[in-house]
Amino acid sequence: MKTIDTCGMSCPQPVLMTKKALDEEKDGIDVIVDNNTAKGNVQRYLKSVGYSVEIEENDGTFVLKARK
Amino acid sequence: MKEKTGIIITGGVVGLFAVLLVYFGNPANMGFCIACFLRDIAGALGFHRAEVVQYMRPEIIGLLLGSFILASVNKEFSSRGGSSPVTRFVLSIVVMIGALIFLGCPLRMVLRIAGGDFNAIVGLVGFVSGIYVGIFFLNKGFNLKRSYKLTNLEGYLFPVINVGFLALLIIAPAFVFFSKSGPGAASAPVWISLAAGLIVGALAQKYRLCTVGGTRDMILFRDNYLMLGFLSILAVAFVGNLLMGSFKPGFAEQPIAHTDGLWNFLGMALVGWGSVLLGGCPLRQLILAGEGNTDSAVCALGLIVGAAISHNFGLASSAKGVTLNGQISVGICVLILLAISYANSEFLSKNAQA
Repeated sequence: MKTIDTCGMSCPQPVLMTKKALDEEKDGIDVIVDNNTAKGNVQRYLKSVGYSVEIEENDGTFVLKARK
Repeated sequence: MKEKTGIIITGGVVGLFAVLLVYFGNPANMGFCIACFLRDIAGALGFHRAEVVQYMRPEIIGLLLGSFILASVNKEFSSRGGSSPVTRFVLSIVVMIGALIFLGCPLRMVLRIAGGDFNAIVGLVGFVSGIYVGIFFLNKGFNLKRSYKLTNLEGYLFPVINVGFLALLIIAPAFVFFSKSGPGAASAPVWISLAAGLIVGALAQKYRLCTVGGTRDMILFRDNYLMLGFLSILAVAFVGNLLMGSFKPGFAEQPIAHTDGLWNFLGMALVGWGSVLLGGCPLRQLILAGEGNTDSAVCALGLIVGAAISHNFGLASSAKGVTLNGQISVGICVLILLAISYANSEFLSKNAQA
């Protein structure tokens, strides 16, 4: 599964990067974010385009696992 | 819908407090204005000497510290920065120049519309146009590169500076300027302004209120989350103005506004474009600075410097209209935004690969 790292990026880059990655990997991706704003924004976007999202937290970062 | 209740309430509280702050003494349609209030702070510190706009606005201090306190309590405070700080500083100067051509940040634009000032609708058209231009470059890969974790002190410094501002406001030493007339002399009592700032700052931190993000996310992702906050400010401030008898529709004779449509449009276009490149409106930058984002603290400092430049160089508009220097500065600012947009997009990197 393809992983994209959005740590340190300001709005709206994490969502833009997610959108771009999904254009190439339609089955799903893992998105790493490092703050609650990006977590909320990416999660909302993934759900709005029809993915289920599972979130793993480790040491200040979150991995959002998006699956069809 | 449940997840959107918070942002709607936040917008409503901003609209309500904005009307109340005017009732308690703030200038008309200026319950909150991040650009105007940072400009007043620049004046209070003597960075510019426009005597009618000098006041250490407690709303700004409250917004910053409200965000800082809630972020700290919720363990969301995180000291970070290093994402093209000088570029952000310059962008912020441009945003402030644009805001003072129009006479208000995006938040005051909403409040002006809610007060019946049709000039601000022209400003809104410019604002949305500017956002479209910014989005064009976002889609071309524009970004200001990533930020990094920094020492805690780096993130604490800007909140500490704001505690210093509060001390200067209360002690009022002779070297701090307080307007005796004009908008800078119109203010709600300090504790009311401060409390309003603290509450709005905390809410905006929790629910991520951003006036530029509303339009941007609608266009980019069909995401209406932030737009609901924007509309909620407008709706509540509109009803509030109706109830208080302060809704006065029209173009002419609007408080702290001019009727020059072209420059209202262009001023807000600069604000929209610049804010998209910065990743958030001036209000959002203050809130982020409270969370320890030092790139946003640099932005707030850029806004203060931009205000000083605007008044020292005679760029800022007044109720009388736009100045020639102001018009020239808009042209220069467009060139600056173009250069920054182009240089940080994929145009150059693609050419390099070819």
